[in-house]
Amino acid sequence: MPSLLFCGPKLAACGIVLSIWGVIMLVMLGIFFSAHSAVLIEDVPFTEDDMLNDKNPPQAIYALYNQVGYNCFIAAAIYLVVGGISLCQVRLNKRNEYMVH
Amino acid sequence: MGSPFRSEEMCLAQLFLQSGSAYDCISELGELALVEFRDLNPTVSSFQRKFVGEIKRCEEMERILGYLLREIRKANIPVPEAEVRPLAPQPRHVLEIREQLQRLEVELREVATNKEKLQKNLLELTEYTHMLKVTHTFVKRNAEREPLGPQYEEFPSLEKDSVTGYTSMQRLGAKLGFISGLIPRVKVEAFERLLWRVCKGYMILSCSEMEDSLKDPVTGESTETVVFLISFWGDQIGQKVQKICQSYHCHLYPHPESDEERCDVMESLATRIQDLHTVLSRTEEYLRQVLNKASESVYTWAIQVQKMKAIYHTLNMCSFDVTNKCLIAEVWCPVSALTTLRGALEEGSRKSGAVVPSFVNRIPCSETPPTLLHTNKFTSGFQNIVDAYGVGSYREVNPAPYTVITFPFLFAVMFGDMGHGAVMTVFALWMLVQEKSPTVKCHRNEIWRILFEGRYIILMMGFFSMYTGLIYNDCFSKSLNIFGSSWSVRAMFTQGPWMNKTLHTNSLLTLDPNITGVFGGPYPVGIDPIWNLASNRLTFLNSYKMKMSIILGVCHMTFGVILGVFNHIYFRRKFALFLLFLPELLFLLCLFGYLVFMVVYKWLAFSARDSWLAPSILVHFISMFLMQGQALEPLYPGQTGLQVFLLLVAFLSIPVLLLGKPLYLYWLHQGGRSLGVYRGYERVRRGSEDDMSVMRDHDAEEGGVHSDPASRETQPEFDLGEVVLHQSIHTMEYCLGCISNSASYLRLWALSLAHAQLSEVLWSMVMRPALRLDSGTATFLLVPVLGVFATLTVTILLLMEGLSAFLHALRLHWVEFQNKFYSGAGIKFVPFSFSLLPSVLEQDSFLSD
Repeated sequence: MPSLLFCGPKLAACGIVLSIWGVIMLVMLGIFFSAHSAVLIEDVPFTEDDMLNDKNPPQAIYALYNQVGYNCFIAAAIYLVVGGISLCQVRLNKRNEYMVH
Repeated sequence: MGSPFRSEEMCLAQLFLQSGSAYDCISELGELALVEFRDLNPTVSSFQRKFVGEIKRCEEMERILGYLLREIRKANIPVPEAEVRPLAPQPRHVLEIREQLQRLEVELREVATNKEKLQKNLLELTEYTHMLKVTHTFVKRNAEREPLGPQYEEFPSLEKDSVTGYTSMQRLGAKLGFISGLIPRVKVEAFERLLWRVCKGYMILSCSEMEDSLKDPVTGESTETVVFLISFWGDQIGQKVQKICQSYHCHLYPHPESDEERCDVMESLATRIQDLHTVLSRTEEYLRQVLNKASESVYTWAIQVQKMKAIYHTLNMCSFDVTNKCLIAEVWCPVSALTTLRGALEEGSRKSGAVVPSFVNRIPCSETPPTLLHTNKFTSGFQNIVDAYGVGSYREVNPAPYTVITFPFLFAVMFGDMGHGAVMTVFALWMLVQEKSPTVKCHRNEIWRILFEGRYIILMMGFFSMYTGLIYNDCFSKSLNIFGSSWSVRAMFTQGPWMNKTLHTNSLLTLDPNITGVFGGPYPVGIDPIWNLASNRLTFLNSYKMKMSIILGVCHMTFGVILGVFNHIYFRRKFALFLLFLPELLFLLCLFGYLVFMVVYKWLAFSARDSWLAPSILVHFISMFLMQGQALEPLYPGQTGLQVFLLLVAFLSIPVLLLGKPLYLYWLHQGGRSLGVYRGYERVRRGSEDDMSVMRDHDAEEGGVHSDPASRETQPEFDLGEVVLHQSIHTMEYCLGCISNSASYLRLWALSLAHAQLSEVLWSMVMRPALRLDSGTATFLLVPVLGVFATLTVTILLLMEGLSAFLHALRLHWVEFQNKFYSGAGIKFVPFSFSLLPSVLEQDSFLSD
């Protein structure tokens, strides 16, 4: 079986740190978007149309909020996968380190 | 253990060491790291000292160990480090170690020379093989086609049909000779030209480059070589060619006459090369074995030799007494450690089996002892940053315990962000968890080492940053709505004038707190999250942060002035309490304390209802100095009177500060009675720059009590002019410093503003576009964008801003805080300790030639 190792120990460690940060931050962002937090209003892609011509205010804005929230959760899931890969790389690197000597 | 608030009391002690047990006693002291040795032979050069022979032997052993370590490193063998460091060896063991080392050195050098010789041999044989192969092609080629060499008129061209093209030459009766060999490529043209000129065309040179370059065993570099074959006729030409070849340092090999001879030679060469390869591999194996065995004990030996050398250096600093049987050493020793010192000397005497024990004798000293402060792993970082400005004078108040809290707090005021604080805390916690791991502890990188040394500082800074982030309500530039905002927009519709039409027609709307229900009281902890959405956020926050900076600054400086009281009390300068401390405090509080009072009063006295009445504090403060209070509305009744009074007190304290101390000392000098009850004589160690006045003070006190005319002559010099000059400088520095230092604390506001703005810009330029994207690929774009956001946060906001806030907080401590009470003119106590010696495996003297 060919070696699955494709990055060195430092890159793998960076990957793990970045993944942990990404997962935590994106999950929290997702939660806050789903809770329709007012502080995040600038980050929601609304238009003038949504504001003024809403049949059932504020559901249009809420729908946009939820959409961005789902985006964040999906990105968090991707980061979980990246974290898993980085963890494997770290383990493989450690094993190689022990085997050479 | 001593208190962290003040440095330890030190004493000068004499150690009387018996010659037989001196080595062991000093070894014990080195392990305990108790005392600092003073050099009693400063004028003696290092070659004239007593133990120079032993030190030479140590250095010889160090040299051998260095050679061993280099060889071990070259062979890529890891050197295991022992967990417990070995003790310094007894002199009888030293002989054993020396013998072993010398034997190892001889062995290694022998093996290395042999290996070199074998490799040289191998090189020659390989070259010969190559040369034979290449010249074979020459001869074949010459036989197959037109001759390559220049056509000479005298001699007909070589016949094509014969394999050995020189038979026709032989028919002419001339004997054709061949010389073949190798020459570096760079010399080929010159070689050819010289041959042509010397031999006048009676020779033919054919050369061809070797494809694979051979490695020179000695230098290890590979050079490109060219194989050449010179065919000449005539003996004299042959000799000339030989000489030329020799002068160019070519490797010449005998050219075989016939094909069979060539094949024979090649076969024998092949077998010889194979044999050589076997011998070489065996030699390398043996070398590796020897190095492996040596690597087990080289670490122990290196440490033992290092400790021995340190002990002999220390012994060189001692002096011999008259009977020449006993060594006398002078050491600085903390008073509390005297019993341990005695115990160590007894232990050393016992170990060496001496009959007469060594002992300690405390002697009085007139010099200032060095400053010793005991720290643990938590406080050592903070003590280091205080010492970086100046090591505290002997027995002076130590600002480090207070710095443990104030420094991270002032850092956090400038850094305040919960998210960044959290990342910093996590980083610090990771370093703490990895504390014991040797890879992390002894990393090669200098910057990493500095970060690791300050892990507790970073932890505290992270904690406090999270706290100030909570107060500023800032987490990656977003506010957290924990308790529910106190402002209600709905009330503007129900109780106020807003309607749907107002929302459509106005781009900016103001929430009026005077309308009932809009403002529900202050937010419980920190800044209300609604300010994150407000466009006048900075106006509000700037005012808040500036006032907060001034308040924090005045409190910090007052604390510094108050710390000076402890110094005055300890050094028995009662007069200083009234003539120095009181005027300083009054000046600071009457002016800037009053400013703080006005700020707080305005916050408390004016509410949203009468905010339009609230006057500007700055205008009031300035007019206080100009004494034009009548033109303005007073903040509170009686303001003008109080202000005049405070101004008067402050301005009167300046001449007291300026002239009080010099006049008082002058009066004492002239025989007046001193303040306070005279308590009893005790010799006070000299410490700060006021020590001269202390000495004078005490002698003056003595003179005062006894009122003996004779004692007046024993008083030291009192120079009124110098004291007045000194005091006037101090007064000017203090008064102008109060004003400039108070303004200097505004950097707390400036940096926190910069940090908040940078954080916001980063979010709006990096995260916001990715979140606002409304397409299908938006999700997958978020992943790399977050990576970029994280990287930029760490590099710009954590590293750059963190370093900047660290430096500014440090400056505030060093300059604004410490110049109120700290003199920092001491010397650090450096005990004789084996653990302070540099790490053996990285020491330059071991690794360099």
